Amino acid sequence: MKKNIWINIGFQVGALVLALLITTLILIAAGAPPLKAYGSILSGAFGSKNNLVAVLITWSPLLLTTAGVLITFSAGLWNIGVEGQMVLGAIFATWMLRLLQDTSMPPVLIIILGILFGMIGGALWAALAGALKTFGGVNEIFGGLGLNFVATALTIYLVFGPWKRPGVGSMSGTQPFDEKLWLPTWSNTGLSFWALGISIAVVVIVYLLLRGTYFGLRLKAVGRNMKAAFLLGVPTWQYSMFSFLLCGAFAGLAGAIQVTAVYHRLLPNISNGYGFLGLLVAMLINYQAIWVLPIAFFFAALNVGSVQLQIVYKMDSSFAGVLQDLLVLLVLLGQGVRERLMKKA
Amino acid sequence: MNVELRHIQKHFGKVHANNDIVLNIPAGTIQGILGENGAGKSTLMKVLSGFIQADSGEILLDGKPVIIHSPADAIKHGIGMLHQDPLDFPPMRLLDNFLLGRSGGLFPDRKAVARDIHDLAVQFDFSLDPEAYVDSLTVGERQQLEILRLLWLGARVLILDEPTTGISASQKDKLFETLHKLAKQGITIIFVSHKLEDVEVLCHKVAVLMGGKLVGEAAAPFNAKKLVEMMFGKEISLGARHPLKPGAKVLELRGLSVEDVRLRLTDINLDVHAGEVIGLAGMEGSGQGPFVRACSGMLRPVNGRVLISGHDLTGKSYHTFKQSGVSFLPASRMEEGLVPGLTLTEHFVLAEETQGLFVDRDKGNKLAEQRIASFNIRGTPASTVESLSGGNQQRALLALLRTPLSLILLEHPTRGLDIESTIYICSKLKERCQQGTSILFVSSDLEEILQYSDRVLVFFSGKVTPPLDAASLTTEKLGELIGGIGWTKLNSGKSA
Repeated sequence: MKKNIWINIGFQVGALVLALLITTLILIAAGAPPLKAYGSILSGAFGSKNNLVAVLITWSPLLLTTAGVLITFSAGLWNIGVEGQMVLGAIFATWMLRLLQDTSMPPVLIIILGILFGMIGGALWAALAGALKTFGGVNEIFGGLGLNFVATALTIYLVFGPWKRPGVGSMSGTQPFDEKLWLPTWSNTGLSFWALGISIAVVVIVYLLLRGTYFGLRLKAVGRNMKAAFLLGVPTWQYSMFSFLLCGAFAGLAGAIQVTAVYHRLLPNISNGYGFLGLLVAMLINYQAIWVLPIAFFFAALNVGSVQLQIVYKMDSSFAGVLQDLLVLLVLLGQGVRERLMKKA
Repeated sequence: MNVELRHIQKHFGKVHANNDIVLNIPAGTIQGILGENGAGKSTLMKVLSGFIQADSGEILLDGKPVIIHSPADAIKHGIGMLHQDPLDFPPMRLLDNFLLGRSGGLFPDRKAVARDIHDLAVQFDFSLDPEAYVDSLTVGERQQLEILRLLWLGARVLILDEPTTGISASQKDKLFETLHKLAKQGITIIFVSHKLEDVEVLCHKVAVLMGGKLVGEAAAPFNAKKLVEMMFGKEISLGARHPLKPGAKVLELRGLSVEDVRLRLTDINLDVHAGEVIGLAGMEGSGQGPFVRACSGMLRPVNGRVLISGHDLTGKSYHTFKQSGVSFLPASRMEEGLVPGLTLTEHFVLAEETQGLFVDRDKGNKLAEQRIASFNIRGTPASTVESLSGGNQQRALLALLRTPLSLILLEHPTRGLDIESTIYICSKLKERCQQGTSILFVSSDLEEILQYSDRVLVFFSGKVTPPLDAASLTTEKLGELIGGIGWTKLNSGKSA
């Protein structure tokens, strides 16, 4: 058993090295000195207080989406729609804030209601994908993908239509909310310890849920063999649906946090790909909830750090995505190769 | 072709699946390979047919050492394997199935191949139409097709893995006749089975495997008792039937009608008493499947009522039936019964009543250890179910049943199991009966039905007999009913 763990770690490290090697080649081809480029990613992520704060701001929604998709993955579902669920969370939170901003209600209550409503929005959007899957026989990947497009279109419609700024709508989003409706942040940076604390708590809850509860065990059974789970007495479609609802609620929470803590308005690209990134993190950690915190942090740092590449070398900041995707791909490849070798041995 | 296996060794992790196996099979011999599940039969045949490579050892064909890398390689050397589940392409024509296995030009000569098929079929008195689709054939006919295809590809050695499972008695006779014919032509037949009676009538000689080792060989005529001893290292006898003391009514069917896509069963009336065993006989797909599913709430009846312990549960869900003490064990263990990737402990925890929010791991493991011991499962609490052999999976499935239960419905509880596992499972079920649980089981094994049932229902193309007293039946009579003969005499009484 012990030997297996070391072989496992060997393959993971190998995948990391290979991913770095390939990205180095890409950097060279793009005309950037690789070592300096990596250095600038590092300093872009950790070089200053502001940069580190930016990493923590990114970390929070990523934790939530990853925790969410861990639940749906457990139920054997590919919830690609997590991106749209996050968008709907942002839309619903904005909606609630807009409705209540001119009332005399205490701002704290408005923020809480906004966040709760965001979670409901995400859950509803997920329920739609779940219902399509459970009752309509539409694969959740197609349903989710379609709903993602609808969510994006809905945001743009709102930003340029009913919710547009006084005068003319713009890509910079809706009119920012009054400062009293902002989630308290650390010295006006957009970093909310409330948001971060809740996100970490959600990860811990999901970890406990999947690891030691009847709920987690049943979810796993449903994910691996629905028919057998049914015969063993698990209400199967209800569990599938519930996993969608939970994941959607967490994604919606991520979207609501983007609105209440970071941007204070609805933006066309408010989800920023964090839903998809959450799927990647979940795959990279092989669906083991215990690794969510560090790996999501690493991905957040890559995302923030590579912005520096754009400034220094005029490279597109999507470079972080290249490195992240390569890493996931190679780790998955490594697992496949290892399994093949183990079978032979 | 002469086949010689020399010192074949094969390990799978810690399991020594083949341990120094030496076997000579002269051309024209029908060689039986006997052994219980997990004895190493399949491994040895996979080595010979190129699916896996031995760790060490040699294969000699007509005295020449060969190395077989793949099944395609095996057929080039003249070794063809007939699998337990036919490896053909159901939605395609017979002719296309033939063409697929052969390398050739861009445009195959369909006419010539059709003629070849025809000639071969005539030679063995098979009636196969080259232009028919494979999915229109019975399992027996698909077997015939596969034999012809292998011969056509030039097989001089035929390996048959459990070929008598799932085919009718007449098809079995035909198969044996064909094999005898082939052997006379000098083709070597290797017949893998755990069915003693088949080996007895067919084979010229037999090799017995146990725990990966070749433990004995014998030539015809065989001493069955001795073969059993070799297979299991001990003598085994079937248990005797216990006279029934009928108790309260557990299951009542009133004018029940059920249907699935293919057929409809109408107006079934049946009372099952506590502790009673009802055998459901019939050709596969004659309606037993929908019937047991309707009795367990998995299929909503079209008409009529289902009562469990006096309560009308018609139209209620399986989970409601389950709460009333009904359990259903499906035929396909891994597809419908067990959850691959979960351990035995996790299965037992899932099957039991939920207690609180968190799973008590220690308690779960203790429960698993206890069940593993009492059901004699070869595995540990942390074993995943897919790592168990078929017999042990079936034991695990039985071990998952809660106590007490009022009614257990089983589909093919002993299919694919060796004699020892079969007897064990039947004895476990009998224990349940003595505790007052009623059992309905589907089986295609007539002797098993007569051996264990109190009463029998026979299914034939949408019709069901009234319950027949098992003691008054014989295998011949039962076989006739299954084939649709003698039904007119039965129409005197419909319910019991």
